[in-house]
Amino acid sequence: MSETLLEVRDLRVSFGRRTGPPWRRGATREFVAVDGVSLDVGPDETVGLVGESGSGKTTVARAVVGLVRPDAGTVTVDGHRLGPVGRRPAALQRAVQMVFQDPRSSLNPRMTVAAIVDEAWRTHPVSAPAGDRTAALHRLLDDVGLDTSVARQHAGELSGGQCQRVSIARALAVKPRLLVCDEAVSALDVSVQAQILRLLVDLRVRHRLSMLFISHDLGVVHQIADRIAVMRGGVLVEQGPAGDVLGAPRHEYTQALVGAALELNTES
Amino acid sequence: MNEARAVAPAPVDAGATAGLLEVAGLVVDLPGSRGAIRVVDGVSFDIPPATTVGLIGESGSGKTMTANAIIGLLPEGATTGGALRWRGEDLLRVDRRRRRRVRGREIAMIFQDPLAALNPTQTIARQVGEILRRDGLARDQVRRRVVDLLDRAGIPEPPRRLNNYPHEFSGGMRQRAMIALALAGNPALLLADEPTTALDVTVQARILRLLGTIQESDGLAMLLVSHDLRVVAHVAHQVVVMYAGRVAERGPTATVLRRPAHPYTRALVDSVPAIRTRTALAHPLPGTPATPVNRPAGCAFHPRCPLARDRCRTEQPAVRSVAPDHWTACHFAEEMADRV
Ligand SMILES: Nc1ncnc2c1ncn2[C@@H]1O[C@H](COP(=O)(O)OP(=O)(O)OP(=O)(O)O)[C@@H](O)[C@H]1O
Ligand SMILES: Nc1ncnc2c1ncn2[C@@H]1O[C@H](COP(=O)(O)OP(=O)(O)OP(=O)(O)O)[C@@H](O)[C@H]1O
Ligand code: SF4
Ligand SMILES: [Mg+2]
Ligand SMILES: [Mg+2]
Repeated sequence: MSETLLEVRDLRVSFGRRTGPPWRRGATREFVAVDGVSLDVGPDETVGLVGESGSGKTTVARAVVGLVRPDAGTVTVDGHRLGPVGRRPAALQRAVQMVFQDPRSSLNPRMTVAAIVDEAWRTHPVSAPAGDRTAALHRLLDDVGLDTSVARQHAGELSGGQCQRVSIARALAVKPRLLVCDEAVSALDVSVQAQILRLLVDLRVRHRLSMLFISHDLGVVHQIADRIAVMRGGVLVEQGPAGDVLGAPRHEYTQALVGAALELNTES
Repeated sequence: MNEARAVAPAPVDAGATAGLLEVAGLVVDLPGSRGAIRVVDGVSFDIPPATTVGLIGESGSGKTMTANAIIGLLPEGATTGGALRWRGEDLLRVDRRRRRRVRGREIAMIFQDPLAALNPTQTIARQVGEILRRDGLARDQVRRRVVDLLDRAGIPEPPRRLNNYPHEFSGGMRQRAMIALALAGNPALLLADEPTTALDVTVQARILRLLGTIQESDGLAMLLVSHDLRVVAHVAHQVVVMYAGRVAERGPTATVLRRPAHPYTRALVDSVPAIRTRTALAHPLPGTPATPVNRPAGCAFHPRCPLARDRCRTEQPAVRSVAPDHWTACHFAEEMADRV
């Protein structure tokens, strides 16, 4: 095993963007969403990726899981270079799983929880349990804090927090090495958000997971990240241990972010 | 959207003291497929003049319905109960004309999503000036006043922005335009429903500062609705905590945050993700927020409450005072240990 689990080097992603008004066809200009980002996530490490809307966080995540094709740069997992999804070896594709922001739209509301997990097993047969699938499913649900009766329910009947637990169960089902969480708790109520963050922290230890944890909320990232990387305008402006980046930010943009973050003052 | 019909008044708790607006036992019922759903259930609080009151609670707790009842914009078929005492009259019982007159000129509202609230086919200036024109101001007077309002809302170089449409503004600028529009009628009470939820933190901080400045300089009363305790704590003098359509606790912000008198408030405070402390995950509440459709009997919070016992499962706690201006709807508030 290498020192770093995920290694992103000089990543560049651009999109064609139309310039003129919507009714004029033709004119598009290249828009660079991610511009030369390098980032490491070590084994068992959680790295938080923060920055304002449009800074390129999701684009980095999509490049890591292979949903967008970079113009330049490399994404390496455990020493193996990742190509785009589809042409990526199944074992590597399995190693990197993603949990999305909107738990409702990332699960098919008409599928039962059992079917959702089973689908993951069918996509990656090597991760499917050899013996009793129902028992394995129940262990998985238990692992993410869901009652086993949830297995028969449809995703559409579940609460936001339950849906997010199912998304996590689906990701864990294929035994990944790296979990990419893109605003995975941002849409949840604060009491449920705390539950899911706690679950992720516990799972990380139990399953020796690495995580790339993306959020626009510095407070949320602080609860879970060992290191924090800060993006602005497609560029990584600062990274370091969480305590340093939030406690003594060096880049002026990070200082502005930390300065604007609201805190509760409950000291008497 | 229509104006709701008033039904029989609900019992009013003794909580309301003299305010600019007294919300007394407010009830909002919405039509549901299996009968009416009581989404606001006997909510009482008051908004004193020149004071910011924060209305906090998780999704579905009835914050927006409470604000919409005050401004008089409830969904089709909604019925209301209780009273909304505004300068000597009950807004739930005045006629439509008076209601429309109050809206905009005495009570104004800003929304989470300004793009949905603004008309995409009219310039910002036209929309901000609308109420002024209706008041019969001359063209150049309207223009001068609009420039002044946009300037107060922090829009740079307002004269150059007069011909802009909403889509030509960024999210933060649109929210500023909403604020200018709300101030145009010179209201005494401003309702702000999640005004910064969709914005980036740096923009959020600027908008909150702007609202604070305007509130102070104009002596405005403000109801700030948010699911984020950090936002409310930042600007509100008083807070009202809602759970499943009811008030759980209310009081001065500092008191409620430092010495919560309701286990739900305590849990909310404890689960706020901070950048100085790493404690939000220590004791997460189990379960999910109760909804009006599925409101548990007795104390609606009992399935998640660490202090719950038999009485909580059957008897709904009344809102009672634990200190001057500090109210709780918990049978056992006295047992809550002081924060160490
Ligand atoms: N498929 C696409 N086509 C064109 N432009 C895109 C596409 N995806 C992203 N972008 C642009 O790339 C930039 C970065 O977007 P990205 O979604 O990565 O930002 P983000 O940091 O995740 O923001 P947010 O906090 O709002 O989620 C934005 O300007 C966005 O508009
Ligand atoms: N148009 C509607 N018709 C029927 N029920 C509604 C309607 N709008 C809201 N509700 C229900 O009324 C209850 C209170 O909703 P409200 O919008 O006031 O909550 P909220 O506290 O503002 O929540 P959020 O934080 O999600 O904005 C919810 O249970 C919701 O499902
Ligand atoms: S009344 Fe009972 S269940 Fe409700 S908050 Fe108080 S102790 Fe908890
Ligand atoms: Mg994103
Ligand atoms: Mg709302």
